[in-house]
Amino acid sequence: MPGSTQYSPKTFRTRVSTYWWLDRWPYLRFILRELSSVFVAWFVVITVLQIRALRRGTAGYEEFQQWLRSPVLVVANVVTLLFVIFHAATWFNLTPKAMPLRVGGKRVPSLLIVAPSYLVWLAISAAVAWVLLRG
Amino acid sequence: MNKRSNEPFLWILFSAGGVVAAMLIPVHLFLFGVAFPLGWLDGPSYQSLLALLRHPLTRLYLFVLCSLPLFHWAHRFRYTLYDGLQIKHLNELINTFCYGGAILGTVLAAYLLWSIP
Repeated sequence: MPGSTQYSPKTFRTRVSTYWWLDRWPYLRFILRELSSVFVAWFVVITVLQIRALRRGTAGYEEFQQWLRSPVLVVANVVTLLFVIFHAATWFNLTPKAMPLRVGGKRVPSLLIVAPSYLVWLAISAAVAWVLLRG
Repeated sequence: MNKRSNEPFLWILFSAGGVVAAMLIPVHLFLFGVAFPLGWLDGPSYQSLLALLRHPLTRLYLFVLCSLPLFHWAHRFRYTLYDGLQIKHLNELINTFCYGGAILGTVLAAYLLWSIP
């Protein structure tokens, strides 16, 4: 067996099912969180297409907007939005676990790290919306 | 081990992309993908969007918004395939597809943003 030494004996291991992540909700949630990255990539695809459309003049951009209005695209984007929000929430909630802060030898409570992330999120979202909606 | 691993560098890109995606994508997608197409809100006109797009800061912003989330996708999707489907024998192909795709997308975004008429 490749890589086996006297310290890692050739013990028998059962093969994990390809669908192990369907067994329990936390496993499924983990895979859904990882799959959110596909929706992140889809957003970039739309954004690049939007930039390309903007370069093509009024008619080109109108065509792009028509495409975004088609039912398939709206449904796809609503699903994408749900996954992206799921990504954001899990990302913020993980921050205190990935980077625990200590002040004076004591661990800073998770809430003090998570809450500001959500506040910054709200502020940035409001700022982007303001730039795009002011006219 | 003589060969240095690229893993920390790729992880930093993954992490930075994760932050950018979490902070910025929901509001962009809500507006351009849902609220404007459904007519809930009035989107900006073509002229005002183009004016915005011509500003160097907007271009830099959009470049970051496109590039870093792609590297976030590349890293996370690679491990999704690795853990979820356990297809280790296709590692080379998957890495090329993921990071290659992210690099390609970054170059394309840079070109489109750089050469705006």
